[in-house]
Amino acid sequence: MKRFEPLIEWALLLCALLSIGTTAGIILVLTIETFAFLREVPVTDFLFGTNWTPLFATPSFGVLPLVAGTVMVSAIAMAVALPMGLLSAVYLSEYAPLGVRRMVKPILEILAGVPTVVYGYFALLFVTPLLQQVLPGLAGFNALSPGIVMGIMILPLVSSLSEDAMQAVPRGLREGAYALGATKMQTSLRVVLPAAFSGITAACILAASRAIGETMIVAIAAGQQPRLTANPLVPIETMTAYIVQVSLGDTPQGTLEYRTIFAVGMLLFLGTFMLNLVSAWLRARFREEYS
Amino acid sequence: MSDPATRLTALGALASRSSQHQHPPVDRPVKIHAESLNFSYGSTRALTDISIRIHPNVVTAFIGPSGCGKSTFLRTLNRMNDIIPGTRVEGKVLIDGTDIYGPGIDVVALRRRVGMVFQKSNPFPKSIFDNIAYGLRINGMAGTRSELAERVEESLRQAALWDEVKDRLQTSALAMSGGQQQRLCIARALAVRPDILLMDEPASALDPIATQRIEELVYDLKKTYTIVIVTHNMQQAARVSDFTAFFWLGRLVEYDRTDKMFTAPAEKVTEDYVTGRFG
Repeated sequence: MKRFEPLIEWALLLCALLSIGTTAGIILVLTIETFAFLREVPVTDFLFGTNWTPLFATPSFGVLPLVAGTVMVSAIAMAVALPMGLLSAVYLSEYAPLGVRRMVKPILEILAGVPTVVYGYFALLFVTPLLQQVLPGLAGFNALSPGIVMGIMILPLVSSLSEDAMQAVPRGLREGAYALGATKMQTSLRVVLPAAFSGITAACILAASRAIGETMIVAIAAGQQPRLTANPLVPIETMTAYIVQVSLGDTPQGTLEYRTIFAVGMLLFLGTFMLNLVSAWLRARFREEYS
Repeated sequence: MSDPATRLTALGALASRSSQHQHPPVDRPVKIHAESLNFSYGSTRALTDISIRIHPNVVTAFIGPSGCGKSTFLRTLNRMNDIIPGTRVEGKVLIDGTDIYGPGIDVVALRRRVGMVFQKSNPFPKSIFDNIAYGLRINGMAGTRSELAERVEESLRQAALWDEVKDRLQTSALAMSGGQQQRLCIARALAVRPDILLMDEPASALDPIATQRIEELVYDLKKTYTIVIVTHNMQQAARVSDFTAFFWLGRLVEYDRTDKMFTAPAEKVTEDYVTGRFG
């Protein structure tokens, strides 16, 4: 048996190295292609230009319309997911009887297991027509409907992780508040919620990062029109949807147009990577406070 | 005494005799009066037939081995056990003559009158100032800003903490030492002006110097408050308390003046416990 131990150790190490190697490879390709792209397009034109028309005869490479599209859809998603997620977390953690919590939490988490393509068609074929009955000006493709649906998709992420954070707040703190004559609401909102703040923030940032990286819903329901606008009722395009559009199209490899997806991909990667770092840092700090 | 059969026999003998020793033979006003109190966690009986009269402006200590029910009983006095699902209380606890388990009792108002300090200090993750101000704010006792500041200072002074923290009221309470945190929790409890203060092993996690400061504080506070302190430290009970109640296996075995409990207890099992033969 002893002879096998080193073998197993090597096999395990290899598995670990493989995933690290893959990540490194992705970053390497992104970097190389991004630099190739930036040799032809000045970085200021890319980052601050307000027109994104890389496939036109006279191309323009200003990424701001795509960034604005991503930010708008994500903001709508967060506007839906944050209040609903936080309130259901407060309910589940502080108010719900144990039996209810044991049942509701897994059901809520099923929401996260629905394939995103289903959400996409749900947004396009159900939510948009529904919204059009109240908002006559709403275009068939728009930012609002995928934003709302995306909010529902990331809701379990917010509620489940926030609830975990609130559950991790020591019972002693709640007892301390009750002993001073606090009501359940005063204890939940003014002691437990602030005490779980860093954990909850980490959950929200993780959810935002999911929203920014989410592709299928926006590719299906938001349209493909890069447009710098604050109006959620008209078609827009997000960074992820643009990458899908070019990857699936017939843009020849090695051209400048082709390289745009790596530059956009790099930007996307840096954005979500930063958010994940902040989230991980907050979670580590949260654990420190109460262990 | 560790043999379960011996314990049960002893307990049976006690049950028939103990009532005559449960009330100290002194004529004093009564602040808290528990009558035939039973308590269970789910199907586990934790307290059986507890009757006791606790007097105002004295320190009453609850002693007994781990699991004897002394903390559980303490927590029935401000209904802190209510927040644990599956608990059941039978019997009465009268505070100033009103049954706190009776109908129409406002538990929130009760807990404001009966303050509590816990075994593990539990300051909120807020500033020192906000920890004290929390109870005042939620109970609508904050008033103007200067009134609030005055009450905070007064509470910190009562808990003998003011001089140590007056220059850093806005720093986090979690940055204080363990002993300071526990005195902060005492100050926090005093800020809402309770008339009873329950202390659940308040010094068990502290070093001897911090413990001594808490004990001095308890001695000072009894002029203003009725204090009930749970402790597993018999020297502490002897030092700080006027009356001592000995709990064993969920029952109140003996309750008397502290000096009598430690020098001439009526029950053999009390004597065995206070002389350190078990526990």
